[in-house]
Order: sequence, then C-alpha cells, then structure tokens
Amino acid sequence: MSSNPTINIKNLPEEEYFFGHKACGGCGGSLIVRLTLKVLGERTFVAVPANCMSAVGFYYPTMNYGVNALAAAFAPTGATLAGMEAAGKAQGLEDYTVVGFVGDGGTADIGIQALSGAIDRNDRIIYICYDNEAYMNTGVQESGLTPLGTKTTTSPIVNGSQGKKTHKKNMFEIVAAHNIEYAATASAGYPIDFMKKVAKAKECKGTSFIHVMAPCPTGWGIPESQTGAIARDAVECGLWYLAEYEDGEFKLNKDVKEFKSVADYLGKQNRFKHMNEESIALIEAQRDRTWARIRRNW
Amino acid sequence: MAGYKDFISGDEAVAIGAKLARPEVIAAYPITPQTIVVERLSDFVEDGSLDCQYLHVESEHSAIMAVLGSEAMGSRSFTATSSQGLLYMVEGLPYVSGSRFPVVMMNANRAIAVPWSIYNDHNDSMFCMNSGWIQMYVEDAQEALDMVIQAYKIGENPKVMLPVMINVDGFLLTHTYELVEIPDQAEVDSFLPPYVTDHRMDLNDFKSVCIGVGPEYHTEFRYRQYHDFKYAVDAIAEVDREYGDKFGRYYGGMVEKYRMEDAEVVLVTVGSITSTARTVVDSMREEGKKVGLLKLRYLRPFPDEAFIGLSDNIKAIGVLDKNMSYGYEGTVYTNVNSALARREKRMPSLNFIAGLGGRAISREDIEEMFNQLLEYKGEAEADRVRFINLNLKEVEE
Repeated sequence: MSSNPTINIKNLPEEEYFFGHKACGGCGGSLIVRLTLKVLGERTFVAVPANCMSAVGFYYPTMNYGVNALAAAFAPTGATLAGMEAAGKAQGLEDYTVVGFVGDGGTADIGIQALSGAIDRNDRIIYICYDNEAYMNTGVQESGLTPLGTKTTTSPIVNGSQGKKTHKKNMFEIVAAHNIEYAATASAGYPIDFMKKVAKAKECKGTSFIHVMAPCPTGWGIPESQTGAIARDAVECGLWYLAEYEDGEFKLNKDVKEFKSVADYLGKQNRFKHMNEESIALIEAQRDRTWARIRRNW
Repeated sequence: MAGYKDFISGDEAVAIGAKLARPEVIAAYPITPQTIVVERLSDFVEDGSLDCQYLHVESEHSAIMAVLGSEAMGSRSFTATSSQGLLYMVEGLPYVSGSRFPVVMMNANRAIAVPWSIYNDHNDSMFCMNSGWIQMYVEDAQEALDMVIQAYKIGENPKVMLPVMINVDGFLLTHTYELVEIPDQAEVDSFLPPYVTDHRMDLNDFKSVCIGVGPEYHTEFRYRQYHDFKYAVDAIAEVDREYGDKFGRYYGGMVEKYRMEDAEVVLVTVGSITSTARTVVDSMREEGKKVGLLKLRYLRPFPDEAFIGLSDNIKAIGVLDKNMSYGYEGTVYTNVNSALARREKRMPSLNFIAGLGGRAISREDIEEMFNQLLEYKGEAEADRVRFINLNLKEVEE
C-alpha cells in the first residue's frame, strides 16, 4: 500500500469542506472532520450517524458539509456506508471515497455490529471513529470507550465514588481481529500523522478504520485552547498510542520511552478531578500492562 | 427470451420479479419464511443473470440502512424481510420514507412474538402502518411478481417518491407453488426504464440528505409527505392500468370488487384469504344469498373512496382482520370505519378476527362471517369485534 508522504504543514490543502457549523470552540471532532475532508477532497461521500458532527452540520436550512453527506441513524453507519459504496460501484463511479465520522459510542457500543459486518464484507469504506470518550452530544454519558474513573453524568461522583467502573474497550484490536486491510490509531494532537493515515486509508481497496482521539473541551472540562495539547499529553503519558495494523501486522508509530505523569494529565481535566491515588494507580497499572503487551507482541 | 410460465413458489416469484426490475443494489438478511427470496437472488447475482451489488448484511437493521445509503446515491434498491426482521427494521422505515427514497421491500407476513410463531398473520406489517411507506398486499404468487415491478414504477414516480412494502402471506404464499407467468425481460425494461433522479448525492452537485429539521419547517416537510400520498393514489391506478394493457393482468388498482353489484352484505379481505372468500361468495350466491367481496390491495394509501362510494343497499359490512390492535380492534376495521363515518347514511359493520399465528381460515369460517353479517341489524355495538373459530374452553382453562 502506498503511503502519502507528501502531506506536511506547508502543503496542507487550502480547500475547506466543513465550516460554518455550530460545534463548540475547540471541538476535536469537528477538527477531525475538517482535516479528513482536506485529504479526501471533493469527490467524497460522507455518512455521519446521530452525534455532534451531524447535529451541528445538518440542521435545515444550513448545511455545513461541502461534499455529499448523509445523516445516518445511530447504529448502522457501517451498513449505510456500505450501501453508498455498493451504489457507487454499481454505477461505475471512479475516483471517489466513502467515509463515516462516528463517535466512540456510535462505534464501540451501538454501532459495533454494523461496523463488524462492513469489515467482514471488506466494503471499500473509511470508518473514522472520533473518540471523545463519552456520549457528548446527549450531555456527557459514559460509553464503552470512556476510560476507567471518568466522571460522566451516568458515572457521577457521589460519596467518594470513582466514576466509570471499567476500562476502555480496545476497539483498535477488536477491529484488527477482523483481519481488516488497514487500521490505525491517531490523535488530534498529531494532525499530520492523522492526515497521512487518512491518505493511506484512501488508497485502501477494502475497509479501513482510524480510531482518532478527539478531545471535547466541553465534556472533558479543559480550556478551548487546549484540545491539541491535552491530546498530545494523552500520548506522552501512555494512555493513548499511535499505531497501525497493516498486512496482518501491528506497528507502533511513536514509541514513548519515558511516560509523562498520568496524574498531571488527569489533573488538567475536570472529568478526572475527583480521582484518588488508588484510582490513578489502577490506570497506570493498566497502561503498563498494555505497553508491556505491545512491546512484547508488536 | 419471451415470457414463459413456470411452477414456482411465492418467494421465487418475488425473487424473479425483483430480478426483472433490475435493482442496482440488494441488501438483505435471511428470516423464515422470506429466506428463499434472498437465496434465489444470491443465485441470480452469482450466476451473472442479475448484474447487481448484493450486500449480505449482518442484520435487518443494517439491510434497511444499507438500501437507504444506496438509494441516497440514486441506485434502485431492493430488500426483503419478515416479522421480527421487519420490527428490527422499524427505525429505518421512516428514515427511508422521510428521505423520500423509493426503496421496494418484500415482507413475508408472519406473526410477531410473543408468543412467537413462524406462521402467517398480519401483525407485523400493521405494526408499521404509520411508517410512511406505501403498503400493498397480494393474493397470490403471480400478483407478488407483478407487484414488485409495479412497485418501482409507483414509488419512483417523481411526484410520488415513496418507498413500497409488498406484503406476501408467509407460507400460505411464500411456500406454496402455482403456475406463474414470467414476463419477458425486454417488455419489463420498456415498462420500467432505469431509475433516473436528481434526488440523490451527486459528485457534480453535492448535497446533504437525511437532514434535521426544526419546528420552523418540520410541519411543512411532513405536509409534503401527507400530500404526496395523493399522487400515489393516482400513480397506483395508472401503473396498474398500464401494466394490464402491456401484460394482460389488471388488478383493479387500489381495490378489487367481486360480485358487489347487488350485494346485501360485503366482506372486506386483505391478502391471500381473498381466494378462499371468492369461492365462498360463489357458492353462497348459488344459494341465493346476496354476498359480495371487497379485496383491499393497498392499506397505505388507504382506499377510502371505495367505501364512501358503496351502495346504500348494503346492509352490513364485515372486515376480516388477521391482526389486532390490542385495546381496541382490528387495524383494517378501524380504517374502514373511519371511511364509513364520512358517508351520509350509517353502515353497520362487524370485525372478524381470524387467521392469527397461522390458524387456517376455512370456507366454513368465511361462510360463518357472511351469515353473521346477513343476520346483523346493527345492534349490540359492544359485540362488534368477533373472534372466529376461537376455542373459548382453552381460554377459560
């Protein structure tokens, strides 16, 4: 598979395909949509299920997608993308891309069945999971990708409770276990890395999946200016990583030799302010297990 | 190849009808008793006789949402389901109809759980009456095949642009065999040309579809849906007439009237039971009983004019419902009475509930319905909903 090494800060496409929408300041999700469409260009068909990226972009009469776009139902993004792709193929369209922008709950919870079906059929679609670690559009409820200990409106902090009771699902490896053609993790804090992965996905002949960390200042309780910085912190403290799965092999894109402080990363966000040392130790232990496994197996 | 006759099942007739309509995309998931449809269509795609993208999806929810996607691209699309599968699709039905994509779906009518049953009744499709789909019901395999072709022509009419659900009685039609005339592909092609529409996502003219609309415009979008069903009424009549002229089979449009000229009582039927009822009408007529039959071929749009125009000489009208809206009465009955209420002269009516979960409706059962109607003087309204062939002993124990 040919990568696209040409994308850098100087030659970013100037075209904008997602603007004028009603997303909050500092929104990581809308940044991901914008950067993705810069790479994919105008010959793109988008589907977005019920999430912020449809709520802020499809409200009649103001349509904010500068390419063809469909606001899908919550669960079936994988299937709706597949239907769009099948039609494109049937019509003999050439040089076009079908892409979905799906949140963490839309991917790992309600949408996992349709995603699994699409990968199984190897439909030529790009599935982008923009992960802000909770159901933000409905007001910050926990999802399967909400990390251990997170305070959400359904994992409230009451009488010293410690928020979400289980760890984040490992969606990247769940997807890889389908023998998908191309999968990657990425981060809004590393936009060039993300866009190169989008370019790679575009060249894919089958299903591709990018799981990108996309902070939500509103839900995370951080200043609007800190979206990129907090996303980088997550990678540098080892709670997120940049990796790819290609030709049946995992590859770590950025090895973090020495982790920055998890406590500092958590302490910057209102959603983790309640966490005691014991909870933080649990998170660090899980991180260390993950990295030990990555270093052993990849 | 010229048209020919073949001895096939209702499911096979649907599959052949779908093939003749040349969909570009099919997405479907197997469920008894629809399964043979998805199998035959797989055969056609695999052997190259149908040039089509077939998505073997992982659920009915994905099936309906995949054809939403393909129709949004402007591709003629087909799906088929039944019962629990249709209920699993429910979220997608108004997505498709509200977006005005003329998907065609076959539903093999089957009871819904609980108590679960694979056998026939109409509770599944009646559940979806408010989904914004055109709903047609067929009497036999021939009509099933013909209606798949007609459905695209009706739904894709630029003034209509509505999805169509073709209801085929599970097992009674899907798994029984009859001699079916299979029209010539070239004739079908000239009747049903390829689907061309501006109402699609287009690389040369990008647009957003399946959009959100707030209170300031929402009513207007809904009014268009309500209003355009009136065009569907016209299209149904026109398409059926044109089909009759071309292929020699005319079904009467919205309804078929049988021996109603001088009828004193009329039974209203939906689907395959009409065939049995027709033979009962014939034998009761021989006995001098003035009975008639009104077959409803469509429930959405509802053929209300057929009731408003009924002769005042009819003393009572009965509605056979193979479904129940619990807490009230049979669904077709409610709809019929809403039309009857607009007549100047009151027409007494009875509701017969029968055929639930696959219980056979015999000729004797239908005779019983006619006899009850002949005796009925419009009294005892509380007794208007009558279960036929009900074993009360079983209930009491």
